[in-house]
Amino acid sequence: MKNKILPFSVIIIFGIIFFIFYKGLEDSKIYTPDVNTKKEIPVFNTKEFFSGENVKSSRIFEVDKVYLLNIWSSWCVPCRQEHPLLMNLNLENKLNIIGMNYKDNLKNAENFLKELGNPYKEIFIDLDGTIAIEWGAYGVPESFLIYNNEIIKKYIGPINQELVDEINLLIK
Amino acid sequence: MKFLKFFLIVIILFPLSSINAEENDKRNKITKNLRCLICQGQSVYDSDSEFANSLKIVVDKKLQEGLSEDQIYEYFKIKYGEWILYDPGLNKNTYILWLLPILIFLIGGAIIYKSFIVKK
Repeated sequence: MKNKILPFSVIIIFGIIFFIFYKGLEDSKIYTPDVNTKKEIPVFNTKEFFSGENVKSSRIFEVDKVYLLNIWSSWCVPCRQEHPLLMNLNLENKLNIIGMNYKDNLKNAENFLKELGNPYKEIFIDLDGTIAIEWGAYGVPESFLIYNNEIIKKYIGPINQELVDEINLLIK
Repeated sequence: MKFLKFFLIVIILFPLSSINAEENDKRNKITKNLRCLICQGQSVYDSDSEFANSLKIVVDKKLQEGLSEDQIYEYFKIKYGEWILYDPGLNKNTYILWLLPILIFLIGGAIIYKSFIVKK
């Protein structure tokens, strides 16, 4: 009897280990930070895009209004894809779109807006990428839905029609 | 002449290596323990991506503000989650990671003790 328990338990243990590793193969290996937790928006100082004047973040984001902060750059290809959707969102006039120009050449950025239109109510610049880190972002494009100085939802990567519908549902 | 050359080399090399050495050490240590989210599997120290370069600037800023190493880790943990640290602390998500080796060691030790020492 004792002789049978040992091989049996070894098989079971290896079976469990195999199952865990096999399940692990299906998981995504790429980590993305949590997108659903509500967080206070960070406080920072920056410069306005067109005038170059210093602005405080508290002046940009007012209480009781819905904002969509969009991190963009003229060198970022997916930003080009999502730009028409931002233009449409702006036309619907339900929320204020704020742009954050990420590590960009200002001339190129201006040409980008001339070519594709400007959906942003206000744009500020982040030359060295440190403000994006304050927001917990790690690339372009990223968008944050903000209400009452709180991040409601974070969108990593370009916005598509599905996400636009979701945003419209959330801000109703 | 040889002495002069040697002297010159020492003078040229010496100041470069000692300036800010301490702060750089600390900054390197911290960035080696931070994971780059763009090029996953690389530390921020090793990476040259836009994100990693900005992160290095932020670490420098925080050090200048006088934050300690742990405070800086805490700051990034709030922004990006525990995953950004290569050396995670003990909490409800990581206790298996920390305790399993000890447990295996104890069970293994018990088996060896039972089968070899008790038999004698």
